[in-house]
Amino acid sequence: MPQIQIPSPLRQYSGKQASVNVPAKTVGEALAGLVSQHPDLKRHLYTEDGKLRAFVNVYVNDEDMRYLQKEATVLKDGDTISIVPSIAGGC
Amino acid sequence: MLKLSQSDYLSLRQHGEETYPHECCGVLLGRFDDNGAESVSKSVSRIARCGNTRADSPHNRYQIDPRELIRIQREGRERGEDIVGFYHSHPDHPAQWSPTDLAEAHWFGCSYVITSVDKGVATITNSFELTGTDEADKKFVHEKTEVV
Repeated sequence: MPQIQIPSPLRQYSGKQASVNVPAKTVGEALAGLVSQHPDLKRHLYTEDGKLRAFVNVYVNDEDMRYLQKEATVLKDGDTISIVPSIAGGC
Repeated sequence: MLKLSQSDYLSLRQHGEETYPHECCGVLLGRFDDNGAESVSKSVSRIARCGNTRADSPHNRYQIDPRELIRIQREGRERGEDIVGFYHSHPDHPAQWSPTDLAEAHWFGCSYVITSVDKGVATITNSFELTGTDEADKKFVHEKTEVV
């Protein structure tokens, strides 16, 4: 069962859990399962029209899902999905 | 409040001097201390230097590669550490958050430490906590930095 790592700013919406196990065959199913279990996460991950927010990076192990098959990326046993909000800025 | 050791404080400032005239960036690892209703302070146990992926504009922009962050996060988790914030420098610019800093900040509850590096010398270091509940109401609040 894939494990989803929840970043610290979102743990207040995941019952304070740092990781959540969700039965899923694809990344899309895993994220859908996550927001189904924890509905308050949805608005922080998705825009109102259902798209993943641009600053939300989703990695399958060390690969950005955007460069795999996006939400259709097939998961294997032991895969870890990491939700990583962007870190950037500047003067 | 952000608590960090003298060693980590000096190290993050020195990082900015080394990368001058470009912005440096890094991660603060440690723990969140829940002080009850008053506040949640953060104690830094380690800092992790990162590369600045904004090679197109490193003198006034920084970005941390998410893969680097995932590695740092995983290694931190093995030591019982969490990501409690980030640091970066402002070359020849005040140690104050900019509109770009706020627009690009998404780690609510974490500290964003900014050091001004004037002509290659670190001067002021300030820390700001990202408060709010979502993108619509987020703001930076200056917080006390305790160097121990």
